[in-house]
Amino acid sequence: MPQFLEHSGTSWKGQKVKHDRSLIDKLDPRLRVVLVTAFAFVTVLSENFWVLSIAALTGLVLALLAQLNVKRTLRRVIAMDMFMIFLIILLPFTTPGEALFTVAGLSASKAGFLHALMILLKAHAVVLSLLALVGTLSATTLGHAMAHLRVPDKLVHLLLFTVRYLDVIGQEYKRMRRAMQARAFVLRTDMHTWRSIGYLIGMLLVHSLERSERIMDAMKCRGYKGQFYLFDEMALGAHDYRFMALFIPFLCVLVGLNFL
Amino acid sequence: MHIVDGALAVPVLAVGAALTVAGVALGLKRMDYDHLPQVGVLSAAFFIASYIHLPIGFSSVHLILNGLIGLALGWAAFPALLVALFLQAVFFGFGGFLVLGVNAVNIALPAVMVYYLCGHGISASSPRVAAIWGAIGGAGSIVLTTIMVAFSLMLSGEAFLLAAKATFVAHIPVMIVEGGVTAAAVLLLRKVKPEFLHIKDETDYA
Repeated sequence: MPQFLEHSGTSWKGQKVKHDRSLIDKLDPRLRVVLVTAFAFVTVLSENFWVLSIAALTGLVLALLAQLNVKRTLRRVIAMDMFMIFLIILLPFTTPGEALFTVAGLSASKAGFLHALMILLKAHAVVLSLLALVGTLSATTLGHAMAHLRVPDKLVHLLLFTVRYLDVIGQEYKRMRRAMQARAFVLRTDMHTWRSIGYLIGMLLVHSLERSERIMDAMKCRGYKGQFYLFDEMALGAHDYRFMALFIPFLCVLVGLNFL
Repeated sequence: MHIVDGALAVPVLAVGAALTVAGVALGLKRMDYDHLPQVGVLSAAFFIASYIHLPIGFSSVHLILNGLIGLALGWAAFPALLVALFLQAVFFGFGGFLVLGVNAVNIALPAVMVYYLCGHGISASSPRVAAIWGAIGGAGSIVLTTIMVAFSLMLSGEAFLLAAKATFVAHIPVMIVEGGVTAAAVLLLRKVKPEFLHIKDETDYA
């Protein structure tokens, strides 16, 4: 199998992913999480084409405002599209209704086509706004913002630990894979490959767990009692109020458009 | 495996979210602070597994590992998988935001079921029997997950029926690969670190 197929286009680069500072970065992380949630609700619950088109456009505008890396964002949006491509293609043909066009004797209905379009708009609006507003936060800041938003303590801890181990496990995996490659291991479709990868994963878990236990011991040694202290005071500033003054009425207009 | 935002009907979203909240609450209650590193490691492993691609014929599939995670964590699989899915949604754009509940329950509930169904089997004294139960757990969790994904699609509209069936057929190779990989991982973990799978070491030399 060619090397590039062994890997999805996306992988965790941890906190190393750099992006240019933008207007969005000046906003309070808590505000970003709350607004994106509200925006997702408004978008997903709407059935109106005008609203959805505006929402998708808003997602695009937010992505531009956040100065997302075009290549990276495109790769992620395309990855998401791959998840639903079957759904979208099949939908016009499986929904009964007035025929719009026919392909190889199968008629595509107008209702199904519109439904597929609606799913496309919703999914893109939400993903773009999510990547723009929350995806630009560092994972640690996101964890702290969630703690400030009263997400259960243990869940936030788990998030922070997971972010930490993503780097550890990711590097460990690469190291072990390279060792296998050095011994001329090639991925194939057979039991030998699956067994080797199974052993790799088992060993990966053992290594990481032992390492995590050492980290835990070291933390306890320094007085860790199951609580992280949140040093970053998050306070709403002038930027935040300005953004809210724009965004909240906008959301209300979107909701209102549904009832016109 | 991930469903995107906008595809599912509102009642399905609500039920998924409610089930996930319940599962996560139960999982968090069973998990104490000393177990956090283990849960975090497995949560990260799920995330990493999503970009380990294995070839199958001309194409390739990526690992999901929810069977193995379930066997190791039990109910704590709920918070572990929710966190991993949340990170994937936020930083990679995999799946969506409001469907997070449905996605989490579709992947985590099979993990918990595997824990109860195969947990006993993998601690059998014969490695062969344990490997078979590991394979059942690995493949079974994917079977259950696909069935649940198919159901969430079907409940959202008749038109999704074909897509739901296609999802199931498309995941048959994943079931096979996952079964083989999980069986091997279980075999190794039994030998190297049995407490990882809650197996009591019975070779008592004292």
